[in-house]
Amino acid sequence: MTTLVETLGHRFPDAVAGSHTYRGDATVILHRGSLLEVARFLRDDPALQMNYLMDLTAVDYSAFGKKPTPAFFPSSGVSVRTSPEIPDEDPWPGPPGTSRFAVVYHFYSMAHKHRLRLVVPVEEANAAVDSLSSLWPGANWLEREVWDMFGISFRGHPDLKRILMYDEFAGHPLRKDYPVKKRQPLIGRID
Amino acid sequence: MANDASFLTTRLDEAIGWARKYSIFQYPFVTACCGMEYMATACSHYDVDRFGAGLPRFSPRQADVLFVVGTISHKIAPVLRRVYDQMAEPKWVVAFGVCTCTGGFYDNYATVMGIDTILPVDVYIPGCPPRPEMVLDGLIKLQDKIQMQHATGVRPLAEPRPVMSDP
Repeated sequence: MTTLVETLGHRFPDAVAGSHTYRGDATVILHRGSLLEVARFLRDDPALQMNYLMDLTAVDYSAFGKKPTPAFFPSSGVSVRTSPEIPDEDPWPGPPGTSRFAVVYHFYSMAHKHRLRLVVPVEEANAAVDSLSSLWPGANWLEREVWDMFGISFRGHPDLKRILMYDEFAGHPLRKDYPVKKRQPLIGRID
Repeated sequence: MANDASFLTTRLDEAIGWARKYSIFQYPFVTACCGMEYMATACSHYDVDRFGAGLPRFSPRQADVLFVVGTISHKIAPVLRRVYDQMAEPKWVVAFGVCTCTGGFYDNYATVMGIDTILPVDVYIPGCPPRPEMVLDGLIKLQDKIQMQHATGVRPLAEPRPVMSDP
């Protein structure tokens, strides 16, 4: 039985930039241009049937590794010490490439009970990927959240606007360069 | 007979204060988990009706006390201000829970760091969430405050309005 990673690797040799498996959870790193094609294949192929988009989020790697972070698992990519109590034969290989952002998709198949994570690296200069809202309607609000928090836009999204913050809010608060102490109140204080 | 007149006025003010403090109509502005503790206080175990505050009004026009229960974000702050503005005088504000008092453990881009930055607050009830006993204690403190405003002859005036400052 071929794994999901092998299936994708054979079907889309040019689209897959890398893959790894951590304790049974498969991850495939994709080139940005082939996202829509691969996602449609994941949803429609009878052997895959990824009919549930569990999560859609993003990561800002711009501050990654710049300062020590307390971590227990070496596979988090932060700690360099391996712990004999926690075996970790298949450690996390680190950020996908040198791009600042990565958009992360978690798919699940209700029919086959398997799941797959797609990671799409996105550069800061052209922070945009194709929208999956035409394939999974649930992607609509998740992509709006990623736009709101990270400023990554989605091509083909029907209504890409902020979902959590207010329209007057300037910037994207989960970007690592958003000032931690910056406040943007809508109404004034009592002085 | 000026003394008699002031004696009568004082007695009347005391009576009005007594009546007001035992007929609190609250507006619960519930946004977060503190609401569970608010409900526990309001229900029969702790029975807020014993203190004359048993009938929450869900219209600010009919309410005396604004209970702000739960985290207030910058996005909801104008709504809270509007509810406060719609309440008729005399009115009081209770900050219920540590998020409304100071922002609590939220120190981030989204949260108002204490509702006293946008509203005048009369009673602060800290806790995450506060125990119903603390809520009742805060309610009794508010009743004392309502009574004192009349016993001292000072009418409850509107607090100074917030001044807009640069964000």
